[in-house]
Amino acid sequence: MLGEGMLKGLAETAKNFAGSFVSKGRLTTVQYPEQRIAPIENTRDFPFLIFDGDDAMAGLRCVACQICEKECPPKCIYITKSADKKPDYVGKAQFYPTRFDIDISVCMSCQICVEVCPFEAIKMDTEFELSTTDRFGGLLLDREQLAKSNEYYNTIHPTEAAEVDARLAEEKAKTEAKAKAAAEAAAAKAASAAAASTAAAIEAPKTKELGV
Amino acid sequence: MKSAKEILMAIQSALPGAQVEVVLNPSPSGQHSLRIDPASALAVAVFLREDSELALDYCSNATGVDWPDKEVAEKVKVAKVVEGVEQVVEETIKHVEPGYLEAVYHLFSMKKGPVNEPGPVVLRMRTVNRTDQVKLPSLTPVWRSVEFQEREIFDLFGIVFTGHPDLRRILMWDEFEDHPMRRDYVDPDDYEYEPTPHDEVLKRAEEQKAKAAEVTQ
Amino acid sequence: MTATAFKSYRPPIIEADGDGEVLEVAMGPHHPSTHGVFRMDVALDGERVIRLKPVFGYLHRNHEKIAEKGSYLASMPYTDRLDYFCSLTNNWAYALAVEKLAGLEVPERAEYIRVITAELTRIQNHASAIGFLMQEMGASGTPLMYAFREREKILDLFEELTGSRMMCNYMRFGGCRSELPTGWLEKVKVIVAGFPAFIDEIEALLTSNEILMARAQGVGVLTPELAVNAGITGPMLRAAGVNYDIRKVDHYGIYDRFTFRVPLGDHGDIYDRYMIRVLEMRESIGILEQAIRDIPAGPIMDPKSKIRGFRPKVGEAYGRIEAPKGELGFYLISDGTSNPYRYRVRPPSLINLTVLEDMCLGQNVADVVLIFGSVDIVLGEVDR
Repeated sequence: MLGEGMLKGLAETAKNFAGSFVSKGRLTTVQYPEQRIAPIENTRDFPFLIFDGDDAMAGLRCVACQICEKECPPKCIYITKSADKKPDYVGKAQFYPTRFDIDISVCMSCQICVEVCPFEAIKMDTEFELSTTDRFGGLLLDREQLAKSNEYYNTIHPTEAAEVDARLAEEKAKTEAKAKAAAEAAAAKAASAAAASTAAAIEAPKTKELGV
Repeated sequence: MKSAKEILMAIQSALPGAQVEVVLNPSPSGQHSLRIDPASALAVAVFLREDSELALDYCSNATGVDWPDKEVAEKVKVAKVVEGVEQVVEETIKHVEPGYLEAVYHLFSMKKGPVNEPGPVVLRMRTVNRTDQVKLPSLTPVWRSVEFQEREIFDLFGIVFTGHPDLRRILMWDEFEDHPMRRDYVDPDDYEYEPTPHDEVLKRAEEQKAKAAEVTQ
Repeated sequence: MTATAFKSYRPPIIEADGDGEVLEVAMGPHHPSTHGVFRMDVALDGERVIRLKPVFGYLHRNHEKIAEKGSYLASMPYTDRLDYFCSLTNNWAYALAVEKLAGLEVPERAEYIRVITAELTRIQNHASAIGFLMQEMGASGTPLMYAFREREKILDLFEELTGSRMMCNYMRFGGCRSELPTGWLEKVKVIVAGFPAFIDEIEALLTSNEILMARAQGVGVLTPELAVNAGITGPMLRAAGVNYDIRKVDHYGIYDRFTFRVPLGDHGDIYDRYMIRVLEMRESIGILEQAIRDIPAGPIMDPKSKIRGFRPKVGEAYGRIEAPKGELGFYLISDGTSNPYRYRVRPPSLINLTVLEDMCLGQNVADVVLIFGSVDIVLGEVDR
């Protein structure tokens, strides 16, 4: 019968029309900004820098290696390396960025800076309400604006942050063990005249090897 | 699917005049290619399409590659008279290997359908140089699929395809003169780009910050 | 053999019938039906199209040049922006080409994740393609909104997995970037289980609709011979009745492990292209169910793959996959440095437009919009 297909279609739209008032799956509108949907953990928007401890500038994990600057596809990162070194969060003397700027109007949120960073220093934020009327002052973030604490990172990406923290703790333990082993080895060397310490001298380089 | 060598044999037995050689590909992909000479290219293409065993009726991809002039340094031993004594001296001679443009075609067979060894048959053609002798025969009469792609090669690399039904610029505008995909292409001065923190943005941001500091004081 | 003894495929030349002048119209670049900035220079004799030339390049940003200036990894986020509806399949095609070039092996779990994400991409692309096609037919809103409602659910899954809804940037050379979040597969399972209901709904709405049949059947017919010669791929080719699906032909990834059928059309008209997309969604759901059932545990990256200092050996490779719109291929030449010497995208959308003139000649101008919509293109990929 001509028109049967159309009637079938109309029945479908009628069903959907009625359903949109009762079916929970169809009531998806959220009254932003008063209401917000639950944040999704993996969401990425723009990068930020992580610091440890209380002082943001002293605790920055970034060592100004400039890998992210080189790898950034739209070239929105600008870094100036320091001339001097200062101790980082594990106490090792490191370079630090005197200037670290990200132009987030150029950034395309690809996360490649996060992946190439060997020091877990740069991570993706979930903050998206960044609109401003000032193109150059408001969207070119400097290192003071970019620095956010590790606790903040733990609140926005809990799973990922837990993994990162575990990895860093392990590395830290390793470096400490290595330093300890090196000290032991030095001590053992000094005392190598004594026959009793010979065994320890053999043991020490072994632990060092494993530590590497 | 036959290997590049077998296809070479098939072409040579069917078209004795055609000059074809296998270009080996050292990468793990193992996709070796056949370099055909422009004079017999159309005949080879028709043979590849019409031959019942090969039946390469589907040309998937056509693209250009630019190989600019290369300076090659060679060390040669020459006999020379130095301070009245004849000596063998090592000298570095530099000579320029002329560059060329290349058109690459990737062929598959839809008639044969599933193949045991997936992989394209790759055809390559070279122009004589990169400046005035850049003509190659168009394969559009054989495979319609390369119609737009040859226009793109013409547009971006500057290879002129003789026998193409509608050779115009495709992506760049008609008044544009250079070929942007060439290795030695230089951006014109009016090139619009998004400034990055390396240059203008940084300067202007600093100005902005100085201004903001003045206001707060 | 002489060079003249072969069949060459050209669009027919149609003459104006003489009782009235020929009108030349530029449809686009700002025409609501052109899916972006695309122009058709049409010559009309009354309502009849007698000549049609597609004009594009308005979105040209020289993606290939940008890629040749950056490292291999730096091009990955740019591939998302080719066909922005299907960023995950674009990622896969590029990763596949690089894996061929560098000889990397992909772990089994990563292959399964790739299949799941690619098939989800295919489903949402086909759903919205049908929606847009109906929008152009005059069915304002309803089918498109139904399609987008379902697409939203899939985009939410993508955001949860990759961090972004459309610019996913998820696959890496030799695997995938991150492990699946906990509970993600269960969510996929729920959405996959609910999807056939949506397809039934769309089918009830459209398949036997008389207006759709009148507008779409016998319009924009593409013959299989022309389709093969013009390199048409994807649903367009299969609607013309040519059995060529790269998932079946190349068995790239692990597609030989799944049972699925390749739907084929009889007439090659717009209605067949609509029907093929519906059937392909049903097959994709079958693949998804098998993949979710079989996915193993294990690593997701090839240990040989490097994120920093990635330099493949000298050589070249062409890798291709069956993207939702057709064959998406990447051709790479390496000169041993960290940047590709030559980087080429074989875009399905561009090459599927080759036959636009052939399909439109002799048709009414109102059908041109419809024929163009049935090709299913994205201008980001046409212009690159």
